[in-house]
Amino acid sequence: MTGPHPASPADRPAWDLRACYRRGELSPSEVVDAVLRRIEAVEPQVRAYLYLDADAARREAAQWDRAAGAEDAPPLAGVPVALKDNLCTRGVPTTAGSRILEGFRPPYDATVVTRLRRAGAIVLGKTNCDEFAMGSSTENSAFGPTRNPWDPDRVPGGSSGGSAAAVAAGEATLALGSDTGGSIREPGAFCGVVGLKPTYGRVSRYGLIAFASSLDQIGPLAQDVRDAALLLREIAGRDPADATSAEVEVPDYPTLLTGRVAGLRLGVVREFLEGGLDPGVADAVGEAIRALERSGARRVDVSLPHAPYALPAYYIVAPAEASSNLARYAGVLYGHRTAQATDLIGMYARTRNEGFGAEVKRRIMLGTYALSAGYYDAFYLRAQRVRELIRREFVQALEDVDVLVGPVSPTPAFPLGERVEDPLEMYLADVFTVPLNLAGLPGVSVPCGFAGDLPIGLQIAGRAFGEATVLNTAYALERALAAPARRPRVVAAAERRSSPA
Amino acid sequence: MSGSAAVGVYETVIGLEVHVQLSTQSKMFCGCACTFGAPPNTLTCPVCLGLPGALPVLNRKAVELGVRAALVLNCTVRPESRFHRKNYYYPDIPKDYQISQYQYTGHPPLATDGALALEAGGGTRRVGIRRVHLEEDTGKLVHAGGRSLVDYNRSGMPLMEIVSEPDLRSPEEARLFLTRLRAVLQYAGVTTGRMEEGTLRCDANVSLREPGGPHGIRTEIKNMNSLRSVERALRFEEARQRDLVARGAAVVQETRHWDEARGLTFSSREKEEAQDYRYFPEPDLLPVCVDAAWIERIRRDIPELPEARRRRFVETHGLPEHDAGLLTETRPMAEFFEETVRLFGHPKTVANWLVGDIAAYMNAAGVEIEEIAVRPAALAGLLTLIDRGTISGRSAKEVLDEMLRTGRTADEIVRERGLVQISDTDELARLVDAAIAENPGPVGDVKAGKDRAVTFLVGQVMKKSRGRANPEMVNRLLRDRIGAS
Ligand SMILES: [Zn+2]
Repeated sequence: MTGPHPASPADRPAWDLRACYRRGELSPSEVVDAVLRRIEAVEPQVRAYLYLDADAARREAAQWDRAAGAEDAPPLAGVPVALKDNLCTRGVPTTAGSRILEGFRPPYDATVVTRLRRAGAIVLGKTNCDEFAMGSSTENSAFGPTRNPWDPDRVPGGSSGGSAAAVAAGEATLALGSDTGGSIREPGAFCGVVGLKPTYGRVSRYGLIAFASSLDQIGPLAQDVRDAALLLREIAGRDPADATSAEVEVPDYPTLLTGRVAGLRLGVVREFLEGGLDPGVADAVGEAIRALERSGARRVDVSLPHAPYALPAYYIVAPAEASSNLARYAGVLYGHRTAQATDLIGMYARTRNEGFGAEVKRRIMLGTYALSAGYYDAFYLRAQRVRELIRREFVQALEDVDVLVGPVSPTPAFPLGERVEDPLEMYLADVFTVPLNLAGLPGVSVPCGFAGDLPIGLQIAGRAFGEATVLNTAYALERALAAPARRPRVVAAAERRSSPA
Repeated sequence: MSGSAAVGVYETVIGLEVHVQLSTQSKMFCGCACTFGAPPNTLTCPVCLGLPGALPVLNRKAVELGVRAALVLNCTVRPESRFHRKNYYYPDIPKDYQISQYQYTGHPPLATDGALALEAGGGTRRVGIRRVHLEEDTGKLVHAGGRSLVDYNRSGMPLMEIVSEPDLRSPEEARLFLTRLRAVLQYAGVTTGRMEEGTLRCDANVSLREPGGPHGIRTEIKNMNSLRSVERALRFEEARQRDLVARGAAVVQETRHWDEARGLTFSSREKEEAQDYRYFPEPDLLPVCVDAAWIERIRRDIPELPEARRRRFVETHGLPEHDAGLLTETRPMAEFFEETVRLFGHPKTVANWLVGDIAAYMNAAGVEIEEIAVRPAALAGLLTLIDRGTISGRSAKEVLDEMLRTGRTADEIVRERGLVQISDTDELARLVDAAIAENPGPVGDVKAGKDRAVTFLVGQVMKKSRGRANPEMVNRLLRDRIGAS
């Protein structure tokens, strides 16, 4: 961030830290200390973390203090990162926000974690999320909600709410989230940070606790587009341990950020601007589109008539896969096991009843029903056909335009508790993000202004493995808007408390 | 078979579902080794333990062996097949779903529509193979001390299921089919096919029908652990169903378990149709694509099949058809034969011992050639002792018997028991003279030209020598001495 305030190292992006390390202006220890101080200051309000190992972070930072400034230092040397708690970390608690995995310590690292460590990143801890990534507000976490740093009475979005809030509040320089129906992009938008869902197959899912295998992707949450590009480059690429990871070359994303969008065909999706859109969101998105046009992009109006069917199709496919993926949490090998059971069926039933929260149970039941004999054709198979229609429609639209744009979510961050009793209302938060998961295409959420005090995000979608174009468009917008930097309310308050001027 | 004449017109209809463990180095979806008998839960990893976040990666070698099996069974290999999840809860299946190739519209299994030829009753019968598909094995529950423990070593082992058409008409034919199928798969290097280790398992569907009529209600028979028990179980089930029909009672569609000790099948009281496995395509795996070029490469690598080896044994070793057939019935037997011949030569002699004494022992003990204590080198050692005249053929049988029981070598046994053949003329002469003195009657018969009496006298000498005398020398000495006296 290049705002007017004297930036704390906790608020500097990773690319800037790297430059500071090179010049000897900062050390990883100073950065980690600043981030830990920030965590101490804001965490009582934000509650972004489920697990934090400050000592380990300090130790790792000290190990990088000499080497991080070297010419040949790995790309994320000495950069503090946070991991969504559905990413397996060896020997470190990994709960996916669920009571049923309380105390579970995986014996292995997810591929993305291995890659981050190899890139020199310092893992601070594990961030809060909706249970098994099922939710849009992080209120479904078994361990209590995370709050939005811009307004602690509001949700940070979800399911990667902890990761988004941590980056927004300077509690981590970078974070990883996962996105099954919008779980990176929506919290990115709500917390005013950049969130990218890569193309399905771009990033290995090995070690990501599965929600819906055919939709899940891991992606970056970052303070700006350059950082998102940097982090994506480090985690992307074929992994022999994930059969669905693609054998597609990984471009050097950060160097492809030119900010030039002259002649870029900007597909504005009509269905994404119709009805139910919060006026603040509509204004910010409209302004963002005009800003890109001023930079030379050419607006093309696009219609995706099947897009409105994405949400219902998603709520068949995702729960169906989840009902199978979550079957293993049955008290046999790991995680919670009931103390009450006298027989096998009883053990399964009680363990799962005690261990799972309401939303997870709801989706397991939905999915089980959708896959049941006699219903399979009417639900699962039909949803898969709709999914294929949507995919084809998006792919076709992207033959005529270079990117598709629209709002990330119909509203800004909503008040805590507002939608917990109304799942359908909650599901609507993902109405614009879900289609990309069904289509397997990449999409980024980039801050594009405010509605009152609340950040708004623009969604930019692209072709399969077209992350470079998506990111560059976001980068152009970031530069075009160049809004006077605002600070999340909890951060500003914490800074005021710590510097009694 | 019981029942009235009317029941006699029913024919038995049998179809087999055979599971074999593929002979790969590693499991179906992870890198863990496929070793039999390792300590519990030592061959496991996040994938085959179904840990959160772990993902399956298909073992290419398993596909290759599956295609190989499909080719030797004359199946059509599908260019694209898919894996599905079979969802059910049980502690031996760590993900609570099994990854398997399940057939439904649009998603065929690895291969379909094959056949296996059986030589039976002088003719050749063609038994249809409906499908060949791949799946992963489950772990194993161990009940001990009132507790249930799980060993996941077997979890994720690569399995292939072969489903026959209901073309088999008798328990004997079912056994013959299974024997033949096992041989073909063993030869092709697809599986070790050992029922006692569980690398070959077989379930059967049995029903009765009037010839040409519709199939009757079928029962599924499980828990048959040897070729012999397959035949026995099916024989029992066939009789049971015929008896029901004869009494006008209905056969109930159900799963029945074979009880080897009691020699009967009993209802396992599992409700058919009650299980809804909620199959759906496995999203963690890509479709299995097998193109023509790959199939050709696999075809080229198929080792010699039983039929070809049988012909070779007849042509190059000069074995009788019958012996060649028996020796090629299983791949381990054929290899045992060839290895012994390589060490000793004399293929016909080797064949005689294998299809004679050794086969008799295997039958009596109910074991396979690879389980007997004698290896080819040991058999060659024994045959060498006979060939050199160190021991008599009669002692050799005794020695082999002990070799089979103890696993010791022929040399050791011969030395210890003092079985070395007596070919020393002086010693033999003493024994012969004693026999002549003790048996004046037969000696007179010999002199009177009754040649049969010589045989009796040779027997007496052999008895005195405890079988160690060289019978030819004894014969000659007897004739010399009696003629000279
Ligand atoms: Zn394994």
